Amino acid sequence: MPVSDTSFFQSHYMPNTPSQQQEMLDSIGINSIDDLFSDIPTEHRHPTLDIPHPISEIDLKSELMTLGIQNRNLEQNACFLGAGAYNHFSPSIVKAILTRGEFLTSYTPYQAEASQGTLQVAYEFQSLISNLMSMDVANDGMYDGATSFAEAALMACRVTKRDEIYVLDTINPVYREVIETYASPQKLKIHTLSSSNPRLPQTASCLLVQYPNFHGTIEDLSLYKRQTEDMGSLLVVSANPIAMGILKPPGEFGADIVTGEGQALGIPISYGGPYVGLFCTRKKFVRQMPGRIVGRTNDSDGKTGYVLTLQTREQHIRREKATSNICTSQALLALAATITMAAVGKTGFRQQSELSYHKAHYTASLIQNIPGFSLPIQGDFFNEFVVKCPINPSKINKQLLANGIIGGLDISSSMPNCMLIAVTEMNTASQITALAETLKKFGS
Amino acid sequence: MNNIQEFQRKLLMDRSVPGRIGSILPELDVPQQNLLRPELLRDNLDFPELSEPEIVRYFTNLSRLNFSIDTNFYPLGSCTMKYNPKINDEIAFSPGYASLHPNQPIDEVQGALTILYRLQGYLREITGMSGVSLAPLAGAQGELAGVLMMRRYLIEQGQTQRLKMLIPDSAHGTNPASAKMAGFDVVSVPTDNSGNISLEALRIEATNDLAGIMITLPSTLGLFDQNIVEICNILHKAGGLVYADGANMNALLGQVKIGDLGFDVMHLNLHKTFSTPHGGGGPGAGPVAVKSILEPYLPAPIIEFNQELDENNYYLKSPNKSIGKLAAFHGNFGVLVRAYVYIRTLGDYGLKQISQNAVLNANYIKEHLKESYNLPFDRNCMHEVVFSATKHKDKGVNGLAISKRLLDYGFHAPTMYFPLTVDEALLIEPTETESKETLDLFIETMKTIDQEARSQPGLVHDAPHNTPIRKLDEAKAARQPDLRWSRSEESLSDNS
Amino acid sequence: MNPSDRKYSKDHEWAQIVGNEVIVGITDFAQQQLGDIVYVDLPEVGSNLDQSSKLGEVESVKAVSDIFSPVGGKVIEVNQAVIDSPELVNQDPSGSGWLVKLALRDESSDFNSLLTSEEYDELIENEAH
Repeated sequence: MPVSDTSFFQSHYMPNTPSQQQEMLDSIGINSIDDLFSDIPTEHRHPTLDIPHPISEIDLKSELMTLGIQNRNLEQNACFLGAGAYNHFSPSIVKAILTRGEFLTSYTPYQAEASQGTLQVAYEFQSLISNLMSMDVANDGMYDGATSFAEAALMACRVTKRDEIYVLDTINPVYREVIETYASPQKLKIHTLSSSNPRLPQTASCLLVQYPNFHGTIEDLSLYKRQTEDMGSLLVVSANPIAMGILKPPGEFGADIVTGEGQALGIPISYGGPYVGLFCTRKKFVRQMPGRIVGRTNDSDGKTGYVLTLQTREQHIRREKATSNICTSQALLALAATITMAAVGKTGFRQQSELSYHKAHYTASLIQNIPGFSLPIQGDFFNEFVVKCPINPSKINKQLLANGIIGGLDISSSMPNCMLIAVTEMNTASQITALAETLKKFGS
Repeated sequence: MNNIQEFQRKLLMDRSVPGRIGSILPELDVPQQNLLRPELLRDNLDFPELSEPEIVRYFTNLSRLNFSIDTNFYPLGSCTMKYNPKINDEIAFSPGYASLHPNQPIDEVQGALTILYRLQGYLREITGMSGVSLAPLAGAQGELAGVLMMRRYLIEQGQTQRLKMLIPDSAHGTNPASAKMAGFDVVSVPTDNSGNISLEALRIEATNDLAGIMITLPSTLGLFDQNIVEICNILHKAGGLVYADGANMNALLGQVKIGDLGFDVMHLNLHKTFSTPHGGGGPGAGPVAVKSILEPYLPAPIIEFNQELDENNYYLKSPNKSIGKLAAFHGNFGVLVRAYVYIRTLGDYGLKQISQNAVLNANYIKEHLKESYNLPFDRNCMHEVVFSATKHKDKGVNGLAISKRLLDYGFHAPTMYFPLTVDEALLIEPTETESKETLDLFIETMKTIDQEARSQPGLVHDAPHNTPIRKLDEAKAARQPDLRWSRSEESLSDNS
Repeated sequence: MNPSDRKYSKDHEWAQIVGNEVIVGITDFAQQQLGDIVYVDLPEVGSNLDQSSKLGEVESVKAVSDIFSPVGGKVIEVNQAVIDSPELVNQDPSGSGWLVKLALRDESSDFNSLLTSEEYDELIENEAH
């Protein structure tokens, strides 16, 4: 009997009927499908599986929509929350192209002749990200901004043959945690450098800087470049891609490795993932760069084509000597980012960046004038800034939510009564006014 | 350029026309603010200037150059290229799931946390383990988490000298790479002629510096190790831990629980076994499942349920001895939602039938092709079968040539040259979502290629002939890396 | 078959004494096994190598191979030509595809322990099947 102890169920994903299965079994001289599992120890076969019975698409959708409604989402609420993930514009063509089966359901492009679509997109992604950050080369993406930053630190240690990683105290604390997870098993030490007194020793493999930093302030990359250059260390910068629309990119300051979070480039915010990590470096370091890299070449007829290259860095060839263990990364999201960069384009990207900048500064000026509220951090910022509140930010956020506004990140664990607010081109004047009006209620 | 195909492949920056725009952004609706100092600003941004219709046409035409599950039979061994259900995408893209910010307070996202909590439970049940973390963003990250947990546990037990990680010679490259990243020394163990890990070699390595072993089950040869329970015993007696690489779970769903066999920790590939789309190279998700001794070390965050509360019961927690965070947020949520929907669609009955059909389909191919291709292991296989394409090697027809010739017939190639232990390996995994008719067509095609190898070896050797591009000069790509568009190459033209 | 004006290691490197220098390269057999060579990683001038210690790496598209020094010595020159055009190693492994020049440290013992060209011919004959 082809089907075992379950009551008969024909899945709509599995074409072969019991009679076809029987035909197949007969043709290969096997009595039952169960016989094919005879290598599994008998005492462990046919375990009970406490999973719900199959459910129809109609019922499933209904159930999931009910659960979905329980979530307060960004389409129905104004968002002033950032800290590593942002509500930015995503053109409608992104989803239309992303969900094409030829992109969505294809595999990693190891067979180049069967994957020219995926490969050419990767080359485009590498080109645009390199341009954006003003760097020589980029890879086809890593898992996210945090792991990219961590892998960059590991790369710096390989390149300089030093084992001390220095990070500024103004980087995203979560990113710092991830760097710790990746670095400590390899006996690499992480030290924190105060941005008010950044003195790098000669043992440093790198200095990790976030640009703009976690609090939204624009760091002085030329200062850090001088520091690292003097010590023979690498300058590693994690940059906000949207900010690069108006800010001088890290490449122009001489950064050695530039990473970042690509989510802001049209990728759904999706409760934290999937996103895509950006990773670029100088030509001389390309063989130490982790991740997939696509190169342009030609075929036997002389036609231009694209292919995975410099594969001897990767795990499937180098195994334990690989630059990283990364295999599957986030290619589909790199595609989304490429479509977005193309659609927004040269003028649009700059506009988007400027809109975020002006709206954020306007919001900051409004809040600054509300009694009880202040901006505790001096310095230029892009679209994110810290607000000191008269009471605990969580209480304020509850009131904001009641008014259909998702407030900033509560950072009172490191800065008492403080909130980190982000403003983008998606925030309208009326949303900003509503935010300010609600905050006024808490003013002293 | 009057060749339409060449035109369709022109790069974005080469197509760019100054003044074209691809989207319209809103006007500034608040007063303009003071600008930053000029030395902070960038001068120029080299981005394309294109209109929306041409962007859509460009990407759409690029997509049509790809083979994919939606268009072709894709028997890539160890990748489990099964049908990717569209209901999964529809739900994952809906605003209730796609438009949630990861930093929102938990009481704003209880629906999302409910799904994740239930998914943890389903994966615990399927694997027979005690604890699950959904945090790892891919199989390789799951492996890294697994070996990091093993290391942390052994250190806490006072066994800091245990740095030796055994890995079968047939293992996927991510296994040794992950072990190395976790600070272990990698020692290879051989597979014997039956495709089982050599027990003798294992016993020799059972010294007091042994940390553990990483086993893929079934192995990358598509075989279920006949001594698996004994292997777990040997390791445990020697003071080590046993890790299962769950990439091949498609063979075992509902047939056996890996935890029951004695394993301590494992990872799953949701983009393989649980149908989430590969996307041309990701995203994936690699949740880890562990026995209770390793639960305190799980990567953060895990989802917990607080029974004391009336509402907002679900919350995120970092286990008290966690190996830490692997990424900025909570895992590849969009992928996790898809896997949840898939498990609900299949249910307990469907999950069992996946492995039944996957294994039947692979054995069907094995039996019908073993006369035409060398079969190194003539025993029942599981969800995939490895052939050794050595029959016509002397005529210049090897695994690579056969794979490329398959492309001409509209089939994606199987996995080639993996596992490393089989000469000219062709690893074929049909999956359960393929019909008998497709399998028959594939078998017939493989037999045809075998005939071609005898009578017209040149035809096979020079394949592919019918794909959009023919064999690429990979040596040139590696010797003179051209990795991005640059301005000086604006007028690129082909010699055709 | 293989030039008799030099000696060979079991790992398919050759060493040729010219004056008080030793020229080192990989054999024709090795380059055939590797396929199209795309990159050569050579040591820094001035570094000291022991016999059988790792000298560098040779990469083809799909594989990486370690190169081991057939004799001990100090690196006095590396072949820039193969760094610029790695395909030279495929085209002329025994001549212009040389890799490094060493100042010979201990002439007699290291060099004597290597295989003659006849012995090396026999070795590769047995290896190839």
